[in-house]
Amino acid sequence: MNIYQDIILDHYHHPHNKGKISHPSNSVLTNNPLCGDKIEMMVVYDRDKVKEIKFHGEGCVISQASASMLTDYAKNKSKHELKKLDSKFIIKMIGIDLGMNRIKCAVLPLEALQKLLI
Amino acid sequence: MEIKNIKKQFPIFQKRPNLVYLDSTATSLKPKIVIDKIREYYEEYSANVFRGIYPMSEKATVEFEDTRNIVSKFINANKPEEVIFTRNATESLNLLAYSLGRKIIESGDEIVTTIMEHHSNFVPWQVLAGEVGATFKVVDINDEGYLEINWNEVITKKTKILTLTYVSNVLGTINPIKEIIRTVKRINPKIIVIVDVAQAIPHNNVDVQDLGADFIAFSSHKMLGPTGVGVLWGKEKILQEMYPFMYGGDMIDEVYIDRSTYKDTPNKFEAGTPAIGEIVALKEAINFLDKVGMKNIREHEKKLTGYAINQLINTFGESIKIYGPKKIEDRGGIVSFTFDKFHPHDIAQILADSGICVRAGHHCAMPLHTRLKIPASVRASFYIYNDENDVKKLVEGLKKVKSILK
Repeated sequence: MNIYQDIILDHYHHPHNKGKISHPSNSVLTNNPLCGDKIEMMVVYDRDKVKEIKFHGEGCVISQASASMLTDYAKNKSKHELKKLDSKFIIKMIGIDLGMNRIKCAVLPLEALQKLLI
Repeated sequence: MEIKNIKKQFPIFQKRPNLVYLDSTATSLKPKIVIDKIREYYEEYSANVFRGIYPMSEKATVEFEDTRNIVSKFINANKPEEVIFTRNATESLNLLAYSLGRKIIESGDEIVTTIMEHHSNFVPWQVLAGEVGATFKVVDINDEGYLEINWNEVITKKTKILTLTYVSNVLGTINPIKEIIRTVKRINPKIIVIVDVAQAIPHNNVDVQDLGADFIAFSSHKMLGPTGVGVLWGKEKILQEMYPFMYGGDMIDEVYIDRSTYKDTPNKFEAGTPAIGEIVALKEAINFLDKVGMKNIREHEKKLTGYAINQLINTFGESIKIYGPKKIEDRGGIVSFTFDKFHPHDIAQILADSGICVRAGHHCAMPLHTRLKIPASVRASFYIYNDENDVKKLVEGLKKVKSILK
């Protein structure tokens, strides 16, 4: 199955929530040294809820699209809700079977998000 | 045997007629004769080697030792006892770091290697140096991918070991090993030189006496042979002085409650039941290579590599960056590149969707990629079953990459 579907490519070419936040509540940098992907994620909380979230960095189509979709999803969600997310959620969110090697790319933004929630 | 029709000898092309396999640097495909030999062992004489008195075990032992003879002749060793079977080139190199390195390297000594090594010829020495307090020196490359070095400035009387690759698994650079060995031995006659020939021996003639090396390491699976088999060749005199590697079956002379004695090389380094069927089949891989002729293989790959580089540059211009020497004479059948702003994993994935197998990543050479200031590259590599059609399909595949990701 082709993973480069329009919706994925659209998020890659026009990522949502890409950029930086000047006064974040928390920020984190995660990377995958194997493929050189790097994602910095920043968040502003309103009490327990994500008010604003942005990311920037370099990466493959999958990691960039996943970061774009995940940050969309995270908005207005509580920390408690977001802590429950796992790789199964990411696969569902991306909507395609990624195979064992590319799933790591998709999960990288989730790793960043989970560090932000600590 | 002619290269032109060689694909017929590789059963995988019957199962996967559209296969474009450009990843022989990782592992080669296997000819039928090799696969048949493995089956022959398991169906006809699948006994353990050495100890059996019955004919089937004797037959297995004869086949096993015959392979050692054939490997020995293939690399022009002095005698078969200098040929040790391991699991792969990685294990051969780790064996050396353990059994030789820990014997001779002391605090204040130097181990020299290069920035273009595979991790398996880098990390074992880095760790050893750290453990014993030795200095770990890493020779750099220039922008064209050649080792750029005045050996007089690196090799000293304290340098116990120089370990380096014959052919870079990323740049394709063929190092002038013979000249390097001559030079460093002039500076320090006691230096031991280890050559990782894993990317050289499948593609070109390797003659240990001509090179003047003390040790070479390689893997069967990159030279049409089965996985699970590696070779370490070393000079007998040094092998005798080394520690054993692992202890157990087959390597023991006598065992008492308070002490044990060990067999001579090669058995000293071959504890436990080896991969008999696979080792026996390596013999057929070498016979196959001999029949094709190493010179013919080298010529075929040189032509194909030159063709590939020209096609890629003519089609994609400056948006493709190819690493390694420009002179085809100085490089093996390896073309590593980056393409536009596209991530190597995306490139490899889209190529995979068109049935083209390349590799993306740092190819177990992270220090080299750091030196090149890239996190990863795409690598296409060639062997005897590749032809110009494969290159054309690679070019078409890259056009598709561009149209999807642009």
